[in-house]
Amino acid sequence: MDVTDTRIDPAGELTVESLMANPRQARKERLIRDSLGATALVSVLISGLIIWSLFSEAWTFMVEVDWGAVWDIGWFPRRGIYDIKTLIAASLIITGIAMVVAGPLGLGAAIYLSEYARPGVRRTLKPILEILAGIPSVVLGFFALEWIAPNVVKTLFGGPAAGSLLAAGIGVGVLVIPLVASISEDAMKAVPMSLREASSGLGARKLTTTVRVVLPAAVSGLMAAFIVAVSRALGETMVVFMAGGAAQTAVYTHDPLDGSLTMTAGMTSLARGTDNVVGEGLTFQSLFFVGLVLFVVTFALNLVADRFVHRVREQY
Amino acid sequence: MAKARLIGDRTNKMMVQAMERRATDVRGRVFHVTLLVTLLISLFILAVLIVDVVIDSWGFLTGRPGGFLSGTMRSLSDDPKLGVHQALVGTFWIAVFVAVLAFPIGIGAAIWLEEYALKNWFTRFIELNIRNLAGVPSIVYGLLGLFLFVKSLEGLTGGKSIASAGITLAILVLPIVIITAQEAIRAVPQGLKEGAYGVGATKWTMIRSQVLPYAAPGIFTGTLLSMSRGIGEAAPLLLVGAVSGRLGSDSGFFDLSSVTAEHFMAMPVIIVEWVQNSGRDPGFAEAAAAAIVVLLVFVILMNAAAIILRNHFEKKRG
Repeated sequence: MDVTDTRIDPAGELTVESLMANPRQARKERLIRDSLGATALVSVLISGLIIWSLFSEAWTFMVEVDWGAVWDIGWFPRRGIYDIKTLIAASLIITGIAMVVAGPLGLGAAIYLSEYARPGVRRTLKPILEILAGIPSVVLGFFALEWIAPNVVKTLFGGPAAGSLLAAGIGVGVLVIPLVASISEDAMKAVPMSLREASSGLGARKLTTTVRVVLPAAVSGLMAAFIVAVSRALGETMVVFMAGGAAQTAVYTHDPLDGSLTMTAGMTSLARGTDNVVGEGLTFQSLFFVGLVLFVVTFALNLVADRFVHRVREQY
Repeated sequence: MAKARLIGDRTNKMMVQAMERRATDVRGRVFHVTLLVTLLISLFILAVLIVDVVIDSWGFLTGRPGGFLSGTMRSLSDDPKLGVHQALVGTFWIAVFVAVLAFPIGIGAAIWLEEYALKNWFTRFIELNIRNLAGVPSIVYGLLGLFLFVKSLEGLTGGKSIASAGITLAILVLPIVIITAQEAIRAVPQGLKEGAYGVGATKWTMIRSQVLPYAAPGIFTGTLLSMSRGIGEAAPLLLVGAVSGRLGSDSGFFDLSSVTAEHFMAMPVIIVEWVQNSGRDPGFAEAAAAAIVVLLVFVILMNAAAIILRNHFEKKRG
């Protein structure tokens, strides 16, 4: 240490001051702490900006729109007909189909990886599932349109070889399989080994242990997986936009073999149609109105799922 | 001396049979096989997807190996100058924005949350907020970008520019960067931190010399995953206004003026564009498949690197 440091008593005695941090260093520490804190606040700022941007435009829409046009025959935003039920119906159909595909496949894969797979098998199969999780949704959109539509929808269900709600729904299902699988697997891994051992000790078979002990113990995590997947499927855009079988406008339908627009696809095709989102009156604002509906629904689902995940953590 | 028989022949035979019988738990077996099949179906879909894309694109990629990467957008699919160069430039700049904005802010936020933040309602609120942001649909981020960067801040970003798109995607992947970095930092053993304090380190010195090096592989894994998510995302770009068809001139990779220029293209968007063109010109479906192969090479390499890195360090540290 520098002997000329004024904080050290010339007689060499240790004072309270000599134990205190160098003021320059203390300032640096505070500066670092505060800048890191500021980066953490960025996330709050982003949430605020999202809510502000959605509300400000959606408010204009809600005040000025003729509400008869929001409950009409279909989604024709450029003609001033903003039938939200067309979009919601299509979103629900897509989500339903996606969950029929992803629920059993994702849960089955999770049970296998968590309870049955030997470590070596697990080490090989799990990364492949994670690769599937990383496939961009445009790629699945292409796959849904070019492969699922002609090979599954047309051959098995007699639907069109081009885009349809069914083709898009299956595509979204494939997209959320890894999500269901990974959250469900985490939930089952969190079940203490002692529960399984106790069950086996009582003479239960593996099947009984899995179905009667592990699954009930993991049920809140499984619920969370299901809810997160629903939220993801509702918000998925590219697959439904590319393979949903409708462009720009849609008449109300609830037939999965028809083409239609979901909330997300409706927004995308509106923003995509011309170079600028301009049209009759409230076209631009309708984009934010639909976005707000989607945001509120997925936000609520995510909050509920978060509760379920926390319940698992607190229990064990 | 004859063996003493305690039980009769018939009972004896039954017991031997019972003990020697292979216990086949039929229902258990069926369950096991069903589970395996569900997993294999998912893997099979992945295989079909990749094979389908490669077959569709084969003619394109073998017909003009280098030309496809240096070519530009054209109105006809059999134009020999058709290619993805503009889209590669756009995706390159998006990656730069993600790396420059989302990585430092995300890692900084993670350090603060794990090392500095008090465990109070405010910290819990920020964490809940981050988890919720991670679940917000990507198209909603597109609306944010459209409202904020394209309309409100047009003077700064140039409107429908690669800058608007890049900032929007940086915001989109920020929660993923924070959450993965937090997990990596949380895994740093308490002993390391106490050791650093013990030899007189200040908080920041301790973080810089112990926490960050130990958490680096985990943080890096997270940044790889979020980068691959960022370059594959298309929906927000369509809203922020990636241009259809009439893209201006082609610019080089390091041309800064292109960042705030009015038009841009990116790999995922060119795929959408060409899929839609395939209605009038079926050759564009092959072009789209070829662009998918290019995109998938990047995305799968990044994901695979992240997975291998994570597994390597998990094994090493037990």
